[in-house]
Order: sequence, then structure tokens, then C-alpha cells
Amino acid sequence: MERKTKVDAEDGKQELVITREFDLPLELLFRAYVEAEIVEQWMGTKVIKLESRKHGSYQFETTDPKGNKHGFNGVIHEFSPNRKITRTFEMENASLGVQLEFYEFEQLTDDTSKLSVHVVYESVAQRDQLLQLPFAQGINMAHNRLQDIVNKIR
Amino acid sequence: MELRRDVFQAIADPTRRAIITLVALQAMTPTAIAENFDSSRQTISRHIQILTECELLEQEQNGREIYYHFNSKKMKEIADFIEPFRNMWDDRFNKLETVMKKYRPSR
Repeated sequence: MERKTKVDAEDGKQELVITREFDLPLELLFRAYVEAEIVEQWMGTKVIKLESRKHGSYQFETTDPKGNKHGFNGVIHEFSPNRKITRTFEMENASLGVQLEFYEFEQLTDDTSKLSVHVVYESVAQRDQLLQLPFAQGINMAHNRLQDIVNKIR
Repeated sequence: MELRRDVFQAIADPTRRAIITLVALQAMTPTAIAENFDSSRQTISRHIQILTECELLEQEQNGREIYYHFNSKKMKEIADFIEPFRNMWDDRFNKLETVMKKYRPSR
């Protein structure tokens, strides 16, 4: 599959940038972040609250396979339609701190658009811990890839 | 190379991955870790031992209790540890794209 999503995480920095180009007009890409029922569909999370405006806040909740609920929340600092969202993000009860997120939306052509997410963490250690979380969770395809490697070295 | 093979074997097991996930969020005692699983305390202790031997978990004595915490440096030794993070976002964005391609405004 084509690799469309890019992650830039320089060593020793407390930030990272995620970029992605979409086969979607800018308005549709932006809308995916604004309307609760759409966010629920692609994030696979329950949206308890999503106030898409300056000084608004949001609250999401996911349920893991064991039935445990995990909460996420943040406040929206800047909301410029089809251009930019600045918000905070926090995983509840996880002692992983708060991160600051800058979402920049950009039109490429009439049918394509680009999103860049600049995330700033409280410390380098915290960023690295967050980066490793999906790895530890084994919730993605990486496991199969690793299993292949394991089998090869055995 | 010996050490690296151990790390990969350690994370190939779903229970051990679950233990890493728990401890990555906060340092925990063996009892607290075991409470999250249906397996016997012995089984979980064995998993913890393997994770400690390949240095993915580190012990820390705190009073009378031993706490285990996640050794992120070790995790870094595994090739391209950012890849799963990138995959996670890629999956998420692929889904966004699929959802929005089907999207028709209701009004």
C-alpha cells in the first residue's frame, strides 16, 4: 500500500510533525474534524462533547476489548474553518501529560488536500513514551511484521 | 544480536505486550500487574521475569515494595520504533478518507 502518512520525530526534541495528503477536497477534510458523528466513525471513539469553536472543548471516550473505558479531552484554542485548529489533548488517568496540537489544513487541488499536525509535548521523555505506546499496545499490523522478523532469526 | 532476539521474543507474546502497555503508563508492583489478568500469579511472574531479563522492564525498590517500570531505551533498540506510531495514524487517516468519500451532507 502507498505510504501517505509521514511522521517526523527528530531525536532529542519534544515535538513531532505528522503529515498526510488526502484525496478529498479541503472542505471535506476539515469537516471530518468538526462534526461529532463523523469523528466517531473514523476515530472509532464515542464523542461525549465536541464544541468546534474558539474556546470550545471536547471529550472523547473509547472502550477497549476488556470493557475498560478510556477518556480523552482537550480545549480548542483556535478554530479557523478550512485552515487551522489549535487544541490541547490529554489522555485521562494516564499520567502522560498534556500535549499541544496544531492542525493545519491546506488545499492542494480541487480534489486533494493536505493536513499537517504539529504536536508539542511537555518533555522529550514524554514524547518518546507516547511514540512507543502503539508499539507496546500491539494493536496494529506491526505485530505481524515483528512476528515475521522473530521467525526469521529463530 | 543475542539480546535483540530476546526483545523480539518478549514482545511476540500478547500477555507480555499487555504487561508492557500497563507498565508504560505507570510503574506498578507485581501484584498490581497480576490483578489485570485472569492468569495465575505464577504465570504473570514468569512473563515479568522474561521482560525484565531482556531489560524491557526495570525493577525499582520503593520501601518494601518492588515496582516495575518500562525501559523506553530498550524499546528504542528495536528497529524503527516509530513505525507502529506511523501505522496507527495511517490507519486512522485511511479511515477518515474512506468515511469522507462516502459522505453526503444531509442538509
